Amino acid sequence: MLQTLQDKFYGNFIEDNRWEYILDGLGVTLQVTFFAVIIGIVIGFLIAIIRSTYDKTGKLKILNFICKIYLTVIRGTPVVVQLLIIYFVIFGSADISKVLVAIMAFGFNSGAYVAEIFRSGIMSIDNGQFEAGRSLGFNYVQTMIHIIMPQAFKNVLPALGNEFIVLLKETSVSGYIALQDLTKGGDIIRSRTYDAFMPLIAVALIYLVMVMIFTKLVNMLERRLRNSDH
Amino acid sequence: MIINGDVLIKVEDLHKVFNNRLHALDGVTEEIRKGEVVVIVGPSGSGKSTFLRSLNLLETPTTGHVFFEGTDITSKETDIDRHRQKMGMVFQHFNLFPHKTIIENITLAPIKVLKKSKADAEKQAMELLKLVGLEEKAHSYPSQLSGGQKQRIAIIRALAMDPEVMLFDEPTSALDPEMVGEVLELMKKLAHDGMTMVVVTHEMGFAREVATRVIFMDEGKIKEQGAPEEFFNNPEEPRLREFLSKIL
Repeated sequence: MLQTLQDKFYGNFIEDNRWEYILDGLGVTLQVTFFAVIIGIVIGFLIAIIRSTYDKTGKLKILNFICKIYLTVIRGTPVVVQLLIIYFVIFGSADISKVLVAIMAFGFNSGAYVAEIFRSGIMSIDNGQFEAGRSLGFNYVQTMIHIIMPQAFKNVLPALGNEFIVLLKETSVSGYIALQDLTKGGDIIRSRTYDAFMPLIAVALIYLVMVMIFTKLVNMLERRLRNSDH
Repeated sequence: MIINGDVLIKVEDLHKVFNNRLHALDGVTEEIRKGEVVVIVGPSGSGKSTFLRSLNLLETPTTGHVFFEGTDITSKETDIDRHRQKMGMVFQHFNLFPHKTIIENITLAPIKVLKKSKADAEKQAMELLKLVGLEEKAHSYPSQLSGGQKQRIAIIRALAMDPEVMLFDEPTSALDPEMVGEVLELMKKLAHDGMTMVVVTHEMGFAREVATRVIFMDEGKIKEQGAPEEFFNNPEEPRLREFLSKIL
């Protein structure tokens, strides 16, 4: 029993340096997730500002309309389809790195969700805070930066952390454009060794550990922000 | 006591209509002179808060003009932020910044808006805290303070901008009764030091004692006004008589 397990482990990971599929795949997954998160935050932040400025003041009507279309399309279609469209339709004839395509697809996708998270955070702050800022002579942007955003960010941190956990796991569909991420790496090993158990369980465990570490980090940040406010 | 200082705020035929229906302000014309303490009273829904909030344009008037130190601040070309710096405002619900300490609450605008150095701003903040006897709360957070303490901090936060006028929007209405006194005490002190003040309140004792002029508003209009003695002892308007009989 133990001997077969050992053999299987050897065949799946050691033989022909197959562990490299996992390691390289992990690198790609982390790379895609990291940059997609950054794009997501930037897009989400901008959209949230535009949308809540429109909600509060009625300005930026056209930009708000464009943002709404973006949100509707992105949230109304599956991320895999978006990934395929970006790779095969938009960049169909261009020679472009698959990693870059994945970063864009997941970043644009995440941006739509982050935007609504940020916006709900901004709208959750009592309007009195906004008025207090303006009455002290802060302009709209300064009020947002110094008074509204820090409070909004704290309120949405759990939802934001959750969104990035979802994003990390969603990148596992990158194989659809033949990008060798973590999931695809495990799957390649399975196709070589005809053993599904070992590589897929290993892949699952790695995702699980990453999510657990990330959750822990978010909780720590949450606690630190809460300490400064009681 | 009639104050004949320069006109600080001038309001011309102000109208405010909410949602195309509610006529909160129905043609208000008024002047606030330097050194005056004007108390505005009236039943709820009379437009007194809307009027006060129009003075620094937290409420944008539908039509009409507000002049501050001679500048039409309702004009689109006016940089309203610059004028708001000189108009301190105190709210019913304090609106302290919960994510900042007390001293940060007070120094935030002087540092970011007036570009004061941190040291200068903090020195001034400590003096103001001393004025209200709350120096030891400098590094506490708003949630650790009582309502009365919060409101006194809100007042000195506005004072830290060295305003020309202070606007008070029902500053004691959200307080427990035993905390009203400490806030009114501070407001009296400001009045005695010559601060121009416009106060919307239900505290008739404060109006009698401190106001240089009392204004009665009803249905979006100024119905009667005068020196406190005259105002409270010989009200002419029937609506004012009715109002006073209900609250005194």
